Amino acid sequence: MPVSRDRLTVIGYGVGLAALLFAPHVFYPVLVMKVLCFSLFACAFNLLLGYAGLLSFGHAAFFGVAAYVAGHALKVWGLPAPIGLLAGTLAAAVLGWVFGSLAIRRQGIYFAMITLALAQMMYFAFIQARFTGGEDGLQGVPRGSLFGVANLADDMNLYYFVLAICAFGFWLIHRTIHSPFGQVLKAIRENEPRAISLGYDVARYKLLAFVLSAALAGLAGATKTLVFTFASLTDADWQMSGEVVLMTLVGGLGTVFGPVVGAAAIVTLEDQLADKVGSLVSVIMGSIFVVCVLLFRRGIVGELQALYRRITGSR
Amino acid sequence: MSEIFGVPVAALMGQLMLGLVNGSFYAMLSLGLAVIFGMLNIINFAHGALYMMGAFLAWMGLTYWGIGYGTALILVPIAVGVFGVAIERTLLQWIYKLDHLYGLLLTFGLALVIEGVFRYQFGVSGKPYGIPEPLTGAFNLGFMFLPKYRAWAICVSLTVCLATWFMIERTRLGAYLRAATENPQLTQALGINVPLMVMLTYGFGVGLAGLAGVLAAPTFQVSPLMGSNLIIVVFAVVVIGGMGSILGSIVTGIGLGIIEGLSKVFYPEASSVVVFVIMAVVLILRPAGLFGRDS
Repeated sequence: MPVSRDRLTVIGYGVGLAALLFAPHVFYPVLVMKVLCFSLFACAFNLLLGYAGLLSFGHAAFFGVAAYVAGHALKVWGLPAPIGLLAGTLAAAVLGWVFGSLAIRRQGIYFAMITLALAQMMYFAFIQARFTGGEDGLQGVPRGSLFGVANLADDMNLYYFVLAICAFGFWLIHRTIHSPFGQVLKAIRENEPRAISLGYDVARYKLLAFVLSAALAGLAGATKTLVFTFASLTDADWQMSGEVVLMTLVGGLGTVFGPVVGAAAIVTLEDQLADKVGSLVSVIMGSIFVVCVLLFRRGIVGELQALYRRITGSR
Repeated sequence: MSEIFGVPVAALMGQLMLGLVNGSFYAMLSLGLAVIFGMLNIINFAHGALYMMGAFLAWMGLTYWGIGYGTALILVPIAVGVFGVAIERTLLQWIYKLDHLYGLLLTFGLALVIEGVFRYQFGVSGKPYGIPEPLTGAFNLGFMFLPKYRAWAICVSLTVCLATWFMIERTRLGAYLRAATENPQLTQALGINVPLMVMLTYGFGVGLAGLAGVLAAPTFQVSPLMGSNLIIVVFAVVVIGGMGSILGSIVTGIGLGIIEGLSKVFYPEASSVVVFVIMAVVLILRPAGLFGRDS
């Protein structure tokens, strides 16, 4: 079984990548880029919840801080796009280190409440800070060019740049999950006291996972600024934190592809509903939350995997 | 003595009173959260939405059906409580055996639904709710004017909080409740109907949130967004105080309300984040919370 499953994974990656290379010719490129950014965001979140068992309800803070810092670096300092993204990612990593050090002092439900509260603190800080533009946000961020080689103002050029960034992010997450580090994270999720008794410095592992997750969420946020050419308070509010939880839950917690599928589903749904139902959209999102928790906890990918196992009769 | 640290006493006292009002709402909500968490093992994210619902029901009662403040003060918490019981029976009871996190996610979804419905119906702008006739005006205390309604809101919330504490810590019903929190199976084996108690606990907890909503209606504008802003601060209050002690939640809630009020006088820019900063400091110095048993 292991051989054919590995081959299946490789085929899956190949088909996925081919589809993504071709996608902007069929769909509106900006929409696909939005899906890609949120996929990366959800995967980063899932690294923490799905593999380390830590529910962060404050991931919008990292997404938002990176969006603002990248926007500021591109617009005010006039830095090239890759450096701007790097600056945003670094800012998110630093913030992740601070939040992580505080939040890992408590467990379970408290962890979620602490991250939510800290993220709300950042939200209020963003409202008052001068460099964020307050209520208006940062508008008209230039996309610039890729070291003078490719003009990123062109949607197609930008698309392949964004695809490369997200592919790098997914690769990094995939490597992390399947590394010895990832195995220790899973051990901590399954049985923390046992991991401690085996001699692992649990706090350090959790903190490192938190920083990595925050940094990747930041990369997603910074890339989002580049795509939409603005950063606003919406990127950092608690609904955004909830949205990434929902994407991961719908797609499948703790599955590699689940968050990607979930992000695609939610972004597309929002895009379709936006001009039809107005403010009822949060009612629909909330109902999806409730239905998922009650009936559908494995998510789309989780259910498909279970179905596949039943058909092939393996485990 | 008309100034303290260069701040007029009247302004200082005004913010202090407003801080006390806020603090007594924090106390009521964190108390409800703690009692619910004890029995259901669920952090009720919908608490803020139900507080908002309480305020809106009071406003709707007055606007559409001519139900006055006094009647609303009794009817609305009951209505919110009944709504809570319906939620518990239809949704929450299925997830008690799962990880705590699913409870948070489910009630988060509920909060989105409730808030979304009110936003769809009434928009985001605030609705004014007049202060009821006998409570308008202010007492002149010589050094300051104390608005009657604020004094009333503080008194009612404190009375309710202390009555709840008394009920849980000093009565037979409270003893059952504490027993069921400690060990549900054993309590059930002793012939106490634990599922019924769980249901009523949830109804009571969210009823408190509804009552806080009615009390808040004349002080703050009634708006669909009032709940979500509050609940996150209340979460921070719960982290600071810990959920181990009823009296601890009350003291923490009121204390933080006062600190928040004072920061509005001395350093207004920080007033929206001061509770979160205190939370961070408490996490560094005393990770289990001020009154918490180890989580």
